[in-house]
Amino acid sequence: MATTYDIDVGPGAPALEVERLSVYYDRTAAIQDITLSVPGRRVIALIGPSGCGKSTLLRCFNRMNDLIRGARIEGDVRFHGRSLLAAEVDPVEVRRRIGMVFQKPNPFPKSIYDNVAFGPRVNGFEGDLDALVEHSLTQSALWDEVQDRLFDSAYALSGGQQQRLCIARTLAVRPDVLLMDEPASALDPIATQKIEELIYELKERYTIVIVTHNMYQAARVSDYTAFLYMGELVEYGPTDAIFTNPRDERTEGYVTGRFG
Amino acid sequence: MNREHPPRRHFHDELDELQERLLEMAGLVEDLIGQAVGAVGQWDASAAKAVRKGDNRVDELEVEIDERVVELLALQQPVATDLRQIIATNKLSNDLERMGDHAVNIAKAAKRLRKTDPLPEVREFADMAEAARAMVSDALAAYVSRDVETARRVCLADDHVDRLRRSIFGTLLDQMTEDPKRIGGALQLLLVSQNLERIADLATNICEDIVFLVEGHSIKHGLG
Repeated sequence: MATTYDIDVGPGAPALEVERLSVYYDRTAAIQDITLSVPGRRVIALIGPSGCGKSTLLRCFNRMNDLIRGARIEGDVRFHGRSLLAAEVDPVEVRRRIGMVFQKPNPFPKSIYDNVAFGPRVNGFEGDLDALVEHSLTQSALWDEVQDRLFDSAYALSGGQQQRLCIARTLAVRPDVLLMDEPASALDPIATQKIEELIYELKERYTIVIVTHNMYQAARVSDYTAFLYMGELVEYGPTDAIFTNPRDERTEGYVTGRFG
Repeated sequence: MNREHPPRRHFHDELDELQERLLEMAGLVEDLIGQAVGAVGQWDASAAKAVRKGDNRVDELEVEIDERVVELLALQQPVATDLRQIIATNKLSNDLERMGDHAVNIAKAAKRLRKTDPLPEVREFADMAEAARAMVSDALAAYVSRDVETARRVCLADDHVDRLRRSIFGTLLDQMTEDPKRIGGALQLLLVSQNLERIADLATNICEDIVFLVEGHSIKHGLG
């Protein structure tokens, strides 16, 4: 059984609820019987050694496991109280509300402007597209650096700028939740720091779930931390508790670098 | 939204908050020492309660600062000035907490002094109280302005306070020998002078930590 803490999810349903979730790839369980609640407008870090199931869990939040052949899911994931996994739920709509930023910046081979405008255009956005692009780039802390060259290719940007562009692209479709899978692991320390500061600012409006191999990063940016090990949720609680006085000896072993 | 994105703003905001707590604690302790010493001078029994109450708040702040320090060390991996700042804050807060306890001891002695037979004035006592208080104020001012010169000067002032304590000891011993009725009062004043001496020592500790904070090396135990 996982060690869990009382987590204040505030009024109403938690942003995300995972209930007895297991994911199998063919017959192998990648995660087993995980239950946890994610409060809104907080940063939740998923940590654990390679193969512990943290990316699998992250992918369940926006139906990305649908794309993996042979993946089978048991249990439920609810978004503001509604099941995300039910057959009638449109995964495209899920991914609009619950956006994802990947490890490697993956801008489209288009201009900076068109990258950000891409999602709103596909969704038939009819408002002021220029304003939306500016707003999204401002929120991702990139506007000042690109406002004079919006129609240059996105590939002309540095890696860190590309990643912030990808965040702007995700924000442009007005999601509620941002999923981040190792968003800074391909970046240099300064670009990493900018992403971390950005995460801190974005949590005023968004719920953020971040997977990171770098547990120091998890410590710096998150409000809550979930430690997974061998597909199991070992401990989930406030980040300061996990990093100053974890209750499970496996968590202690991992955060102190004694194993994993 | 801030567009500049100065580095690690969130962490530095938390560091600023930690400083605010420490300065609140420092102001309070300085005030408590003043109240306690004043109570001795005026043979005032009522200060004891107020000083003890103030000291409870000091204790709360110490616990809060301890928690914040552990959290910052665990979660933010501070280095260089930031690291020294956090370590120095932790030490200062411990020293301030001890000063608060000494202020309580002094105020309690003042209360007991009321019940004893009057003593002839011990002239050095006012000097010692003033010198110890000045060391505390100067130490805290040096901390706020990161002024190592003042900090080093305060360390030297400690010798003066020690000399005054020895002198007070001699004076009180003479008074007790002359008239045993004075023993009760003299013992209370002796306690006060010991507590003042400890307060001055702690002010010296704070100044040593200021030098460590600013220059990154220790001047304790005759080093540097």
